[in-house]
Amino acid sequence: MKLLKMLGVVAVGAATLGCSVAAFAADTIKIGDINSYKRAAAFSVPYKQGLELALAQINAAGGVLGKKIQVISRDDQAQPGEAVKIADELFSRDGVVMITGSFLSNIGLALSSYAGEKKHLYLAAEPLADSIVWEKGNRYTFRLRPSTTMQAAMLAEAAAAMPAKKWATIAPNYSYGKEAVAAFEKALKAKKPDVQFVTEQWPALFKIDAGAEVAAIDAAKPDAIFNVTFGSDLAKFVREGETRGLFKGKLVVGLLTGEPEYLDPLKGEAPTGWIVTGYPWYDIKDPAHVAFVDAYKKMWNDYPRTGSLVGYDTMKSIAAAIEKAGSTDTEALVNAFEGLNVATPAGKISFRKIDHQSTMGAWVGTTALKDGKGVMVDWKYDDGANYLPSDAEVRAMRPQ
Amino acid sequence: MGVFIAQLLTGMANASALFLVASGLSIIFGVTRVVNFAHGSFYMLGAYVAVSAIAMMPGPFGFWAGILLAGLAVGLIGLIVEIVVLKPIYKSPELYQLVATFGVILVVQDLSLIAWGPEDQMGPRAPGFKGVVHILGQAVPSYDLVLIVLALAVLGGLWVLFNRTRAGVLVRAATEDREMVGALGVNQSVLFSAVFFLGSFLAGIGGAAQVPKGGANLLMDFSILASVFVVVVIGGMGSILGAYIAAMLVSVLQGFGVLLLPQSTLVLMYVVMAVVLTARPWGLLGKPEAAGQAGPGVVPEAPMRPMRLPGRLFVLALIAGLALLPLMGDPFWRILATDILIVCLFAKSLHFILGTGGLVSFGHAAYYGGGAYVAALAVSHFAAPMELALFLAPLGAGLAAMIIGWFCVRLSGVYFAMLTLAFAQVLWSIVFQWSDLTGGDDGILGVWPASWAAGSVYYYLVLVLAVGGIITLNAMAHTPFGYALRAGRDSSLRSEAIGINVKLVQWAAFVFAGAMAGLAGGFYAFAKGSVFPNEMEIARSFDALIMVFLGGVQSLAGPITGAAAFTLLKDQISRFEYWRLILGLTIILIVIVLPGGLASAGERLARLIGRTPRNAEPAP
Repeated sequence: MKLLKMLGVVAVGAATLGCSVAAFAADTIKIGDINSYKRAAAFSVPYKQGLELALAQINAAGGVLGKKIQVISRDDQAQPGEAVKIADELFSRDGVVMITGSFLSNIGLALSSYAGEKKHLYLAAEPLADSIVWEKGNRYTFRLRPSTTMQAAMLAEAAAAMPAKKWATIAPNYSYGKEAVAAFEKALKAKKPDVQFVTEQWPALFKIDAGAEVAAIDAAKPDAIFNVTFGSDLAKFVREGETRGLFKGKLVVGLLTGEPEYLDPLKGEAPTGWIVTGYPWYDIKDPAHVAFVDAYKKMWNDYPRTGSLVGYDTMKSIAAAIEKAGSTDTEALVNAFEGLNVATPAGKISFRKIDHQSTMGAWVGTTALKDGKGVMVDWKYDDGANYLPSDAEVRAMRPQ
Repeated sequence: MGVFIAQLLTGMANASALFLVASGLSIIFGVTRVVNFAHGSFYMLGAYVAVSAIAMMPGPFGFWAGILLAGLAVGLIGLIVEIVVLKPIYKSPELYQLVATFGVILVVQDLSLIAWGPEDQMGPRAPGFKGVVHILGQAVPSYDLVLIVLALAVLGGLWVLFNRTRAGVLVRAATEDREMVGALGVNQSVLFSAVFFLGSFLAGIGGAAQVPKGGANLLMDFSILASVFVVVVIGGMGSILGAYIAAMLVSVLQGFGVLLLPQSTLVLMYVVMAVVLTARPWGLLGKPEAAGQAGPGVVPEAPMRPMRLPGRLFVLALIAGLALLPLMGDPFWRILATDILIVCLFAKSLHFILGTGGLVSFGHAAYYGGGAYVAALAVSHFAAPMELALFLAPLGAGLAAMIIGWFCVRLSGVYFAMLTLAFAQVLWSIVFQWSDLTGGDDGILGVWPASWAAGSVYYYLVLVLAVGGIITLNAMAHTPFGYALRAGRDSSLRSEAIGINVKLVQWAAFVFAGAMAGLAGGFYAFAKGSVFPNEMEIARSFDALIMVFLGGVQSLAGPITGAAAFTLLKDQISRFEYWRLILGLTIILIVIVLPGGLASAGERLARLIGRTPRNAEPAP
């Protein structure tokens, strides 16, 4: 009996799904979206909301090439192999014209390898790994967000202006953390050759032993700390560090720490005086951005996070590319993406022809408390274009 | 000096959460023999419930009451899980219950997401314990001292319970010899429920007590699960004091590891476990597993027979159907079938040691991922052609299995399982950390099939070799070697007496199964074009276990059925928003409706229509 009921539920669900797909089948342009909707929900839920806002706006304005856009979102279960399988399915069964999305770098890399091999277009929305567009770049992969090295370079520039000489670093023990620390050390040493790195801490991702890490950093007596931890690791690190007085009198620089995804859960305990990259959505007064925030709040009854902006820009970029290409043919789309200009809430960005990286930038500022909540103050927007490698450097890194 | 004291105290404070959760798991396992994968979920629920309860009841009283309330609520949830999910399946083959608890994990994950949303929940600090105490010039958070005391209090409380009360004595007796306790007239059903409540309560308190250290988030369940298993095993299954000592050992070493060797965070714990288990196979304070501790009323397995004609014809038809698949219009079926064939071979290789050999490996992904990495490394570092890479994959994985197996086969039962897990984790962290060679978690890219083997050809290649591998594994079960392996499983003492070198046979089987898993992994690498450490992680080993048990451990067709069903189900269900909830409930339902696994459905059907495939079949 129970089994029957269960089967019934599954059957009805499958039927609904089938109908909705069929109803849309005519005269739409389908885009596949693959993301870690369960394992990285804090990022990917706002991402999807931003994407859907842009989608609604585009379709309300008549879509592109006279057709509506339809997005098929799938959860990759945070497994690269699963993501590749879903990509296969999206292209072969659903007939999507391109895919986008992904949060984790390894999934971004798996999808870019897939895209290069199968000659399908992939726009990497979020994954930060440098190699996606450089060492392992290919014709069919583009990336929206500024990479780890770009954001670390922005922070190193701000850090170099401070007197601190003895640095400690703490970063999750995986590629993103290692890449961030290496990039930061390199950029800072280039600007200030006399800095010293006295300790490097590598907690396992989301398994930080915060007390031990704080004591170990304290024992090395640095004047400044470069933090790459995020999510629950950041919450534990901040709490333990505050309790033990680690941050007193020290300069702290944090990668992504100012993003609402990671800063807001800390509430009244958000650290103050840290130099961070993030997204001060509440303070950006450009009309285009204000309009974005208002529309987002109206649609979702919630405020935007970094993921929301990434999702929104992703959708806008795709629509712009299809419009420019005048067709949904993959080669035409790739050509359209190369050098594509897109108007985003944070200003104009373009996808560079030479390495397929967009010039989207990041906000760098100082954390403060306002109304019992962490915010960024004294921020400025660093245009990604100023932190990208030169053409000669790209040619040396990127397979031609 | 001061720094060392600080790290020591920090380690001890961290140990307390680990101890609370581990002691609960240990008590549950000791009495019910259920390996409760969902114990990490109970820990996570404890933290979430505490955050919500404390938010509703402000003030110092509210804080402590909230923690207690969280423990009780989680205890109650554990009780419900035991009554609804586990009671109906206690008579199933040993360890079958872990499939059900895996379903519970999925359900809890989605329900928590629905209830508390995607954002992490920051917990409040403990009233009265917000600051630090200075010990030898080092700032030690006062709440750390509370945690140390809490762990000691629980340890003491459990000692009194188990040594000074009748209920506790019964629990200890049941841990020693459950059948005897039952024979003496103790109501086992009530005892099991009580133990589950207690174990879940402890996990809930453990989670709730972590709230002032950070709060609650959706990844807590898996992030503590592995460490808890490690602690339980190092301490000795069923030993509370052992769990306490092991939790201290692991956490304090971790603290010093951070200080002296910051890169060691991923692997240290597993190295400790491998060393302890190699030196003391039953953990620090554990006892060798007593004979006759299979689930209550478990009927000895019927002897396996080669498949009869109708069965063979069915298999032939199935293979013919698969061979015709690429002719269908939709190429996705071919891609999905490739995936399914690969996991079938993977699950089948695990079943060879697990079902036929009675060796439950919790770390089989090491050989699957190992094979994938050998193939990928051959391609990326030596530009090996696909044919050579696929040839090397089983060899490399077999070699790894040979080394690891040599240590592991000296153990049995759950200790064997845990040692395989430890070695798999060590291998995983090597792959994860050695980025110069393996690319770390950025993986190895560009491992695509040779140009002659693209598309359908690759499918046929997988079809031929995977089916060949599966048939070989099946046939092995009916060779003298297979008989010897089964004999060792059913009675190692008698097997030794008739001249079988049980350990040698088990070692050989382990190596063979590892090589076959490696072949599956090699195929996987070329099917996806890239390899990542995910293919070696615990979750992958668990997937294989779920497939084997879901299909039915006592049947040679079980792992195939299980792997195909699990992969298809996941593929279909993962389109829905709350797919984990649906998949979890489906798994739990299958487990309850078909206590012998999916393959037993076929046998039931066969009996219904009067064709008993096994004449020695015991009544269900």
